[in-house]
Amino acid sequence: MMSKEHVVVIYPHPDDEAFGASGTIAQFREKGIPVTYLCGTLGEMGRNMGNPTFATRESLREIRKKELIEACNVLDVELEMLGYRDKTLEFESREEVADHLYSYLKKIKPSLVITHYPEHAVHPDHDALGAAAIRAVEMLPESDRPTVWAQAISNDSVEKLGEPDIQNDVTPLFKKKLAAIMAHKSQADGMLSTVKNDADDIEQAAKMWLGMESFYIWEY
Amino acid sequence: MQPIDVEQVQQEIEKRANKEVYIHLETTNGAYASHFNKEAYNVGAFIRNAKVTYERGKIVGTENAFRVGLKMDIGWIYAEGISQFEIDENNALLMAGHDREGRLMVALQISEQPFHY
Ligand SMILES: [Zn+2]
Repeated sequence: MMSKEHVVVIYPHPDDEAFGASGTIAQFREKGIPVTYLCGTLGEMGRNMGNPTFATRESLREIRKKELIEACNVLDVELEMLGYRDKTLEFESREEVADHLYSYLKKIKPSLVITHYPEHAVHPDHDALGAAAIRAVEMLPESDRPTVWAQAISNDSVEKLGEPDIQNDVTPLFKKKLAAIMAHKSQADGMLSTVKNDADDIEQAAKMWLGMESFYIWEY
Repeated sequence: MQPIDVEQVQQEIEKRANKEVYIHLETTNGAYASHFNKEAYNVGAFIRNAKVTYERGKIVGTENAFRVGLKMDIGWIYAEGISQFEIDENNALLMAGHDREGRLMVALQISEQPFHY
């Protein structure tokens, strides 16, 4: 039984929250529900270096950390940086990562956890942290377990998993979502420039990034 | 980073020869290559903080496509597609190649101190 609502978002990369769930996060914040983002890594192995490039492999870490803090300010959420290294989460001990996440969940007692759907989240870090998050929730006594919204982004997710349980139209929060994305300048630059050339692309990208945020309710 | 200046980069490579150095070597086409294009493959490799000593190093190439080779006692370190470089605040020689959208495709970095974990 949840006396107080609190949402915990668990993703591995700075910008996952912006592209994936910032509309949903903004909705919760508008209702006054606290949101905490547990961000797994600093995205230090990211490919995007800004366009034109302004980051290097070595400076990217600090740049993305600043961007992450700014995005969390835009969204008005609490931020906890978990300190793993980008691209390596799947090689860590699943149980240790789950224990680490559990230590936060035990303290926060969330009513809802948002994370990636394991095996359907494309990036190995997404799959690995999503699986650890689901395991961490499972470690809570059944009576204290929050609902888990798992986000699938693979091309065949609807085919394999069916329609998402939660299809959240976040179009009204377009501006907030765009501001959260733009806070991640080193990442947004490259991604936006790849869609600039083609009107169809822009429409598709806008739909993908800005229109709907979908989640599956995880069945324990 | 700035465009490769062969003479300057060559000097920086030589400055770091014949001593223990730390190497970051990487190539990647990203974790989303096959997500956005079914025909594509996800390919990448990196090694961070390999402690080596090279006796000779050279940068060769033209304009946008330089190659760097470091000759070691019993092996080689090689990178292709290098187009930019920088000496960073820790005096590390950073070399990299990016695509048209500014995404890193290849990096070879040489430092006398270990790179951040
Ligand atoms: Zn991500």
